[in-house]
Amino acid sequence: MSIKNKVAIVGADETDHIGIVPNMTPIMMHAQAARNALRDAGISKSEVDAVFTCGVGGMATVQLCEYLGIVPKYLDSTMTGGSSFEVYVRHAAAAIAQGLCSVALITHGETGFSARNRRGPRGGGFMFDTSLPSAQFEAPFGVGGPPSNYAMAAMRHMHQYGTTSEQLAEIAVATRKWAQLNPRAMMRDPLTIDDVLSSRWIAYPFHIYDCCLVTDAGGAVVVVGADRARDFAKKPIWVLGAGESSTHQSLLGMDDVTRTPARYSGKAAFEMAGVTHDDIDVVEVYDSFTYTALVTLEELGFCEKGEGGPFVSNQRTAPGGDFPMNTNGGGLSYTHPGMYGMFILIEAVRQLRGDCGARQVPDARLALVNGTGGLLSATGTLILGRD
Amino acid sequence: MADYAKPLPWPSPESQPFWDACKRHELMLPYCAACSEFFFYPRQFCPRCFSWDIEWRRCSGKGTLYTFAIQYRPQMPGFTPPYVTAIVQLEEGPRLMTNLIGIHPAPENIRCDMAVEVTWEDATDEITLPLFKPA
Repeated sequence: MSIKNKVAIVGADETDHIGIVPNMTPIMMHAQAARNALRDAGISKSEVDAVFTCGVGGMATVQLCEYLGIVPKYLDSTMTGGSSFEVYVRHAAAAIAQGLCSVALITHGETGFSARNRRGPRGGGFMFDTSLPSAQFEAPFGVGGPPSNYAMAAMRHMHQYGTTSEQLAEIAVATRKWAQLNPRAMMRDPLTIDDVLSSRWIAYPFHIYDCCLVTDAGGAVVVVGADRARDFAKKPIWVLGAGESSTHQSLLGMDDVTRTPARYSGKAAFEMAGVTHDDIDVVEVYDSFTYTALVTLEELGFCEKGEGGPFVSNQRTAPGGDFPMNTNGGGLSYTHPGMYGMFILIEAVRQLRGDCGARQVPDARLALVNGTGGLLSATGTLILGRD
Repeated sequence: MADYAKPLPWPSPESQPFWDACKRHELMLPYCAACSEFFFYPRQFCPRCFSWDIEWRRCSGKGTLYTFAIQYRPQMPGFTPPYVTAIVQLEEGPRLMTNLIGIHPAPENIRCDMAVEVTWEDATDEITLPLFKPA
């Protein structure tokens, strides 16, 4: 049974403030984003019977349901990093289509910026769990976290396919132009390719402008079944296609570090939706780094493998270009609290609703969203559409 | 060597032979008899065919630089940037994550696929790390 057209997103919103929000904890952000998304949909909290979340403790959904005062029929704390929220939409669609629940609340909240200054444990993850391979075979060599790993993947891509720093910079500059059209974006100053290339290294081959922001932000979406999708204030945004996959945790688990599992999740999403690449009007892909977006376009099949650099050249993904991408300003210039996948999802909904003002892609009817989590490890792809 | 500030590996039961060999300055990797191939990281079984018939074999310590990055910020405690993180392709097949040393860490000096060989850093009385240098 396909889940195509079985559910729609009817609520989507962020925390009141994003960027630097020192007076909120992550779980406070989950709650405020949930309130705002439910208000957007016109659904009361008491109707929520399914909750999907991660990032608030080891039993995230259990923790959040207690905090919000929800006794759910369906819980999912699947953790695939920044792609978790695309994966949740797919899982929610399956659960709703099977009649296991009817109103799914998907939430996110992180204080990536302010947590740096907050006392107490900050967690550490797989790099610091001494029983796991990464702690033995990576951390002792000063490998840990996204910049150190994504830089090595990008380096091989540059070597193997001739991708250049200028091509990566094209993405940073184009994404900044979208941010300049979005009043909520954190980074709105003009940026040129020369600015990117002359900026300091974070992890060669990445300049600082190849790297996403580190911010505070929360977001939430509400998913309901087709039977109720047209009962709410906003136009339903239909889930037409969805896929998920993971190929590795560590770069050592990749046969070819220039690939990502988007080649599987993307294929599944296109096959379910029954649409082609040319049908997509707007693309929202995770840009933890410029390279993440570039390689994702290849893996999703928007261009041939290795052709991502030429594909994004000449500001093709900028406002006015023929491939509108990351229209909120992206993780590079809009916001990036840690697991950014919620925000590409919300932006796709806003574009399909026609709510994007100066940055609105004209007549956007079909959007593709691709979240990437971990170290290019796990992806979730959604193809969304309006009536 | 109580002043060693970088993260140290905690050998697990399945990886202990690897670290014991490093202490002797030998690179020993797990080998699947069924596949007739090495694999890494160590497991009690072969991740390809799921055979549990695993032996340990000595490797040459020679390989190529599959990829690298120059880290300009310390990603782990005890590291002084810039330093080079690397994935080395061993001639026996598997890849290791390591540091490339013995070369000035500047972009123009390092290229993917350059020849490298193992060198040893005795971090503590218990732990020796396999690092790599240009061959």
